[in-house]
Amino acid sequence: MKRSIKYVLLILLIAIIGTVFTGCKKDTDTLNVYNWGDYIAPEVIEEFEKEYGIKVNYSTFDTNEDMYVKVKSGGNSYDVLFPSDYIIEKMIKEDMLLKLDMNNIPNYKNIDEKFKNLDFDPDNEYSVPYMWGTLGIIYNKNAVTDKIDSWDALWNEKYSGQILMLNSQRDSIAISLKRLGYSMNSTDKDELEKAKEELIKQKPLVYAYVGDEVKDLMIGEEADIGVVWSGDAVYMMGENENLDYVVPKEGSNLWFDNMVIPSTSKHKKEAELFINFMCRPDIALKNTEYIGYSTPNKETFKLLSEEMKNNDVAYPKAESLKNCEIFNDLGEFTKEYSRIWTEILAQ
Amino acid sequence: MKQLKWLSYPYIFWMILFIIVPLILVFIFSFTTGDIRLNGDFQFSIENFQRFFDPLYLKVLGKSVNLALKSTIICLLLGYPMAMIISRENIKKRNVMILLFVVPMWMNFLLRTYAWMTLLGKNGVLNFLIKKLGFTPLNFIYNDNAVLLGMVYNFLPFMVLPIYSVLIKMDRSLIEAAEDLGANKVKVFLKIIFPLSLPGVVSGFTMVFMPALSTFVISRLLGGGQYMLIGNLIEQQFLWTGDWHFGSAISIIMMAFILIGMAITSKFDKEKEGGGLW
Repeated sequence: MKRSIKYVLLILLIAIIGTVFTGCKKDTDTLNVYNWGDYIAPEVIEEFEKEYGIKVNYSTFDTNEDMYVKVKSGGNSYDVLFPSDYIIEKMIKEDMLLKLDMNNIPNYKNIDEKFKNLDFDPDNEYSVPYMWGTLGIIYNKNAVTDKIDSWDALWNEKYSGQILMLNSQRDSIAISLKRLGYSMNSTDKDELEKAKEELIKQKPLVYAYVGDEVKDLMIGEEADIGVVWSGDAVYMMGENENLDYVVPKEGSNLWFDNMVIPSTSKHKKEAELFINFMCRPDIALKNTEYIGYSTPNKETFKLLSEEMKNNDVAYPKAESLKNCEIFNDLGEFTKEYSRIWTEILAQ
Repeated sequence: MKQLKWLSYPYIFWMILFIIVPLILVFIFSFTTGDIRLNGDFQFSIENFQRFFDPLYLKVLGKSVNLALKSTIICLLLGYPMAMIISRENIKKRNVMILLFVVPMWMNFLLRTYAWMTLLGKNGVLNFLIKKLGFTPLNFIYNDNAVLLGMVYNFLPFMVLPIYSVLIKMDRSLIEAAEDLGANKVKVFLKIIFPLSLPGVVSGFTMVFMPALSTFVISRLLGGGQYMLIGNLIEQQFLWTGDWHFGSAISIIMMAFILIGMAITSKFDKEKEGGGLW
């Protein structure tokens, strides 16, 4: 009796180990996609699987840095990633990405020229644009009667206890830098010191430093003014018509999330097939409509509703973007930003 | 029993794979700098620890220990009488009450914390009632007290259950003997009940203190991100800065604090009677 239990347990153990390691089995028919959470229309993955007979292992990350370290530390082989601008720059620098063969991605022609060859990937050898947007101020028109066109609004004592800031070190420090007229890619200790002091001065006025909760808080009118990304703003304004969004005149962050293939990928062909699929106008339309962010795909743009095409929040006029900057990789200086942010929050 | 030793093998295997190995990895990361993939770049260093002993990070640690201690003491003050009340009831009532204590824990911890957000929010349920009664709404959320409330609410069962399990095992004849010899209620409690229940108090103390010290969700959701606790600092290093070495070093320091706490408390728990939950 005991012996038989022993065998059962042994078999069970082998079965468990077996299932754990089957993930490592080499399989040309699977593709490992690593994307931001809630950043793709769910049916798109199924459609890709059906059309090409390739199984997609889909997983998600919350921040660029988290994704970067996971890819960097190895131990997992992702085939398609969706990092933002400055991380792409860093990954190219560190030789972590494969050059794309644009012959395998014919739909690349659908991408609007103005989103190609940007600073972080000057010859567009490594990445294909997926989504883009801005960072700005969302406010409740009923409560905020002043004209909002500057980051100063977030330092206005009138709105004490009504201000929502982002709990993201890079973005919040960038806002303070921009307000002072500096570059948001500053690595000048004096400039950063001043930006820090301003954020410490602002802290008593801030209601909370939030992440995704900002959507619920603004829609539910728990706060009057906050910092959000344009895509979220489109969604929030759809839910509560008292809300309005503005990109401050001092300039803001203009960001891009692009698709890339890491150098550890074993399925480059399939990965390019996937990127090409994502650039197909009808597929990109599904993603754009689901996520709410702005598409860099000009064919998809034509398919959008008139209302959306003229939406200043999602597709702002060129003049409102003239002071905007794209994040650069800060390298080792990231630690300094992290320290400053800790200093602000530990006050 | 001896022949059944091999029954523990699957668990030992599990423990090595998912507890020991990750711990060793955290340890290695905390004592190194550089990129693990590049030879020569990955080096032994105590820089990460030196970095932590900066007034800035010590302040964060101090605040975390302070809040964790406060919430543990509140849990004790609330939990002890509760455990005593439950243990005095007859077995049927007792089981129902314990069940009522445990049932909320079946629900996800995050969900329960989110529920507090809607209760305490500016236009939340509480403020709605206050406004209905004609008073000016109050600021409940995004301050120290909200974080404290969240901790006490979430961790109270971990204090009540170990104390309760010691109390029901207590030999009642000792209490009767003390009463026969003329001790009043206060004396019985101070001389008999409390000393005998100490193991439960100690294990309750550690079980509340540990998660309270390391939490980062409660301080973020109910503290509005304005309160950087040690858990948030670790999260920041891993998710936002991408500095696994420093993050690991902070984790090791925090573990050291918890171990010291446990070493001190286990002095009171010589008999190892504490009704353990973990």
